[in-house]
Amino acid sequence: MLKWWKISSVILILYSIVWGLLNNVPRLDILNETIRNVYYHVPIWFAMLFQMGLSVVYAIKQLAKNDLQSDLISNQAAQTGLFFALPGLLTGCMWAKFTWLTWWTFKDPKLNGVAIAVLIYLAYFILRSSIEDEQKKARIAAVYNIFAFVMMFVFIMILPRITDSLHPGNGGNAKFAQYDMDSNLRTVFYPAVIGWILLSLWIFDVKKRLAILTHKQNEE
Amino acid sequence: MSTQLLSQLIKKEFLLEFRQKSTLAGILVYIVATVFISVLCFQGKMDKITWNALFWVIFAFIAVSVSSKSFMQETKGKGLYNYLYYHPQHFILSKIIYNMLLMAVLSLLTFFFYSWFVGSVVKDMGMFLLSLLFSSTAFSGVLSLMSAIASKAGNNMSLMAILSFPVLLPLLLVSIKLSKYAIDDLGWAVSYKYLMVLIMLNIVVVALATLLFNYLWKE
Repeated sequence: MLKWWKISSVILILYSIVWGLLNNVPRLDILNETIRNVYYHVPIWFAMLFQMGLSVVYAIKQLAKNDLQSDLISNQAAQTGLFFALPGLLTGCMWAKFTWLTWWTFKDPKLNGVAIAVLIYLAYFILRSSIEDEQKKARIAAVYNIFAFVMMFVFIMILPRITDSLHPGNGGNAKFAQYDMDSNLRTVFYPAVIGWILLSLWIFDVKKRLAILTHKQNEE
Repeated sequence: MSTQLLSQLIKKEFLLEFRQKSTLAGILVYIVATVFISVLCFQGKMDKITWNALFWVIFAFIAVSVSSKSFMQETKGKGLYNYLYYHPQHFILSKIIYNMLLMAVLSLLTFFFYSWFVGSVVKDMGMFLLSLLFSSTAFSGVLSLMSAIASKAGNNMSLMAILSFPVLLPLLLVSIKLSKYAIDDLGWAVSYKYLMVLIMLNIVVVALATLLFNYLWKE
């Protein structure tokens, strides 16, 4: 069944890819044409953070209601989020190669933050797989999920604001608003963000339904 | 009443620790040995950045191995007893406070041995000690909860490391930055930002740990 938001996700992403390459962007030193990466890299990260946030919401729900289903859903959201980390990393690395002249640098807190986010969620999956009892697994995984998300949030959102980051908008680098994130950029950026988040929701929706069905089948 | 229970629990932790002097002595030997090995590996020659980094790596490993045992002795029977008699918040707070005190002392000891064997490069001693104090409290907060999680998941030592290292990293980076400023003597105007973040992290960690432990506690 194709719902309206699934269709609009495809349309928005296609629009952002095509129009993102065609439209006018501000000509800036160093960034040059790579500023177009803001249409791809940033929305993918937003989608990842959105999924991880969703995962935490369901983890809190699990602790409040203790119904096992929220835990299943929380796990699926975390998997979807981790899946989005991959294209986010790839686009980021490609961009970094052209602007910072390196694929990866350990000097940037956001890059480190991403590496840590991936490690945290891998640890989360390992924790899940090491507990047999389902009730126990649901509770403990939810606890770790919430705690880890808060620490990750500090790492990605707060630390780069006070340390020097190479990313635009952090630690002395000009913000996009100052690069005049002009109406040209905005017309592609916002639709791209919505499109990618909707796509992540779509993937999450399919995974969630599959997980719930598999769980029911296993119970019978 | 509640503070009385809390202090009782903390007292219990200390009693247990000092009754079994071998673990405490073990930690001391661990500290001295780790510091000594690092000194021999580097032949005592290191610049400020290496000095700082090595110190915090040693610190992190000591913190993990000290705090990881805080829930390991909790057997099933003991758990049931505690469950009947104590409030979960008191229980986790007692563990955290005990670990904080222990880690604060141990980190000072580590610093003492480290600067004895390697030599100290710290210029702003007050700031360095502050960063040491607040990092050890924050580390203990995180590690107490992680130890509780690991103990519920079957007391697996490697699981403890896997779970805690990624979560500790933001903390560790703030501590390294702050102590680097202390080493270079950059003054309060520059460092207070990081000190504030460290204190804020302490509060967040302790609040989250007490809140979340409720759910780990039920069997």
